[in-house]
Amino acid sequence: MPVLNHLDHLESESIHIIREVVAEFRHPVLLYSIGKDSAVLLHLALKAFAPGKLPFPLLHVDTTWKFREMIRFRDETAARLGLEMIVHVNQDGLARKVGPISHGSRVHTDIMKTEALKQALDLHGFDAAFGGARRDEERSRAKERVFSFRGASHRWDPKNQRPEFWNLYNTRIAPGEGVRVFPLSNWTELDVWHYIERENIPLVSLYFSAPRPIVRRNGLLIMVDDDRLVLEPGEEPAELQVRFRTLGCYPLTGAIESKAGTVQDIILELTQSRSSEREVRAIDNDRVGSMEKKKQEGYF
Amino acid sequence: MSSNAGPGAATQEIGTVLARQDVKDQLRFIICGSVDDGKSTLLGRLLYDSRNIFDDQISAAESESRVYGTQGDSVDLALLLDGLQAEREQGITIDVAYRYFETPKRKFIAIDAPGHEQYTRNMATGASNADVALVLVDARNGVVTQTRRHSHIIALMGIRRVILAVNKIDLVDYDRRVYSDIVREYQAVARDLGTEEINAVPVSALTGENVFTACGNTPWHGGPTLLELLENVEVRRDELAAAFRLPVQWVNRPNPEFRGYSGTVASGHVERGMSVVASPSGRQSTVERILGPSGDLEKAIAGQSITIVLADEIDVSRGEMIAGTDSPPEFADQFAVHLIWTDSQPMLPERSYSARFASASGIAQITDLTHRIDVNTRNRLAAKTLELNEIGYCKITLDHAIPFDPYSVNRRTGSFVLIDRFSNATVGAGVIDFALRRASNISWQEMKVDKATRARATAQRPCILWLTGLSGAGKSTIADRLEQKLQSLGRFTYLLDGDNVRHGLNKDLGFTEEDRVENIRRIAEVARLMVDAGLIVIVSFISPFRSERQMARSMVEDGEFFEIFVDTPLEVCEERDPKGLYAKARQGILANFTGIDSPYEPPERPDLRINTTKVTADEAADDVIGFLRSKGAGFG
Ligand SMILES: Nc1nc2c(ncn2[C@@H]2O[C@H](COP(=O)(O)OP(=O)(O)O)[C@@H](O)[C@H]2O)c(=O)[nH]1
Repeated sequence: MPVLNHLDHLESESIHIIREVVAEFRHPVLLYSIGKDSAVLLHLALKAFAPGKLPFPLLHVDTTWKFREMIRFRDETAARLGLEMIVHVNQDGLARKVGPISHGSRVHTDIMKTEALKQALDLHGFDAAFGGARRDEERSRAKERVFSFRGASHRWDPKNQRPEFWNLYNTRIAPGEGVRVFPLSNWTELDVWHYIERENIPLVSLYFSAPRPIVRRNGLLIMVDDDRLVLEPGEEPAELQVRFRTLGCYPLTGAIESKAGTVQDIILELTQSRSSEREVRAIDNDRVGSMEKKKQEGYF
Repeated sequence: MSSNAGPGAATQEIGTVLARQDVKDQLRFIICGSVDDGKSTLLGRLLYDSRNIFDDQISAAESESRVYGTQGDSVDLALLLDGLQAEREQGITIDVAYRYFETPKRKFIAIDAPGHEQYTRNMATGASNADVALVLVDARNGVVTQTRRHSHIIALMGIRRVILAVNKIDLVDYDRRVYSDIVREYQAVARDLGTEEINAVPVSALTGENVFTACGNTPWHGGPTLLELLENVEVRRDELAAAFRLPVQWVNRPNPEFRGYSGTVASGHVERGMSVVASPSGRQSTVERILGPSGDLEKAIAGQSITIVLADEIDVSRGEMIAGTDSPPEFADQFAVHLIWTDSQPMLPERSYSARFASASGIAQITDLTHRIDVNTRNRLAAKTLELNEIGYCKITLDHAIPFDPYSVNRRTGSFVLIDRFSNATVGAGVIDFALRRASNISWQEMKVDKATRARATAQRPCILWLTGLSGAGKSTIADRLEQKLQSLGRFTYLLDGDNVRHGLNKDLGFTEEDRVENIRRIAEVARLMVDAGLIVIVSFISPFRSERQMARSMVEDGEFFEIFVDTPLEVCEERDPKGLYAKARQGILANFTGIDSPYEPPERPDLRINTTKVTADEAADDVIGFLRSKGAGFG
């Protein structure tokens, strides 16, 4: 008798959720953020519909401040797998030259990410959007549902979420409403890495250690990815052996010093690590409960 | 690579880490305790001791401990867990939270359903996804009302295995007697609830005693620590042991060459070559291919998301259930259920709700609320409605029959949720106790168009009107008038005359004992087929023996067979003698003639008696129609 180990279990559970959405919603989309969680999500979605093709497009909300390597990887992935990749930029924000350095992380994220995402969902009329968020990422997510309902203005009302009994998901929505669906809800960061190792899932090279030009800002190791990162007096980029634990807009994403050059090295490093992945995101350090605030506003 | 460890050492280490993943399984457990029993502290302890908490999370909890904590200067482990800001500020938690930790042996998903107001709803939600329950009791208070309540809810949700943690054992001086009294009392509670397995352990969440290791304060406890219990309890035992069920989620048809049925195996296992049946269509086939997440499989088991390809081109759609032909699910449209109400709008009997089962969906009506159950005492209370967090025992009726299993047999295929059709809120969660009205069993080949479908098409309720009586009693004349009248009322009918059948279908039969039985069997069988076809069948047939008429009645369902006694005295018949048969019988030319030298057994309790010496054939026909209307038969 075959037995299911915990990764098999998580894998099947995620596939079940993905299929359920396709069966029940009119117009789903996969929010592709290029990072490791998106890579796993995409891998699972492909499995869910094999030998057929992915029955929905991918959407990347491009803040225009992503690492250049991420954009290259995104386009390569779409081409390699023959995927429909929608890229959306908040043109209004772009015209107003909104950016993380000039406007700060909060305003930048609000306009170029949260707002841009709403624009794209409305523009294409998507009623279900897959996201790669996990419950273990942050304490406020521990109670997040797999199917997270958003009102007509994409607002998340913590008091108005549906109880999830068994795997019987209530997928009914009124016109204009939508859901965010999190098939990786029960995965931990370590599960994600183990699965990437087992399934040999391609990742952006930024996750792996390499010498990169780094400056130190507000306690974070920031990579100088292009010349929009104006150096302050006395700042001098240094070649450091670093990798990234999460990926986002490069001026907001801290690297960690690490020699881990392979997935296996990363797993070993993680099993010995003493800090959570969110520590390297500038957005969280604003105040206690900040993620929850962001979520109510429609941030993923 | 660090300089003092060779590549070999590092490789070996990662090898061990990866190898462990292959055998590491997953346990989902719900943790139940009332406020201040130490639930958050214990969960924090499990996460902390299993090193699943990062330093930055600990320092965040440290800084918050100064603001919200209850432990003075040391870290309040409970704060490692808190989620929503509003709750934290109020100092209470009000929703189901999921926590993750792992040991080299197992990955754990701890389902934490705290809170006061929404307790029943949250616990039931959490329990629906748990294998095992960890019930926490404060050693100082013992088994309290809440303990009984929690145990009752988890039992209702089908959890049969419980780990009892007697917490704060440090506060009762590690007293053995306190502990064993509590364990004994809890065992009594659990026995009543049908709990199959209870393992108990005395712990201190605060000091860590017996959580991961025995620190030596309870030398009298020879048993395993809490972690050992959690690591060794068998997972998903019942699901794997149950019969194969695959609720079809999605039909995968990427091209004309491939048609697969996707879904998660709800229970049991499936192998290539296995013969399967889809419910409710009843179509059968053989499993040709099984595609698992990583390609073709010989066999798939409960919990796996698969796509199966069948050998035959049969049409199966989302909502159907595929099962082994040797153990198909039951099939019904009316159930006795336990229902937990989860909405602030109370339940309204007679109102229709949308219902979602493992495979099918439908429209459900709560037709009868038998009683409400007090979750604390398990007493049955009279009720007209269910409010938020109340549990009731009710009957529900669906708009169509669905495949299912009782919840006690299968948690995946015996459960459902109710959804308000206007607000779309999930208003209730239910578990099927048993079917009240069983639809036809589908273990044999059932056609998609069935009797009910045909009856709908003809807008009438098909039945057999069996006219029995002596030769010359007037059966044929009445039958003839009756058929004309029914036809003029737009009914679809057929008249089966016993004498006529002898010329065709039964012309190979004589008048021996066996032949007579066979004669009546065939007539009854033809009538039954016609009922199946949706017709009102009028049978005109002497049928002198009670046992034979009884056999005919037993071949159709209740309410489809009406025995009509055309009661004309022998003298009257003999006097009428339309075919001159009585004369011949009297002369001895005809042998075995009913009424003369062969008995007629009049019906003891006919559905209708017609006395032809008092009414005309026309009036008799009207009487039969009136009778049919009064029975709600014949007419749609
Ligand atoms: N002495 C002692 N105190 C405990 C123990 N477990 C929890 N507590 C304390 O009991 C109080 C309530 O604990 P908490 O975990 O918040 O309870 P919850 O409401 O069940 O989550 C806190 O002050 C804890 O520090 C224990 O095993 N021993």
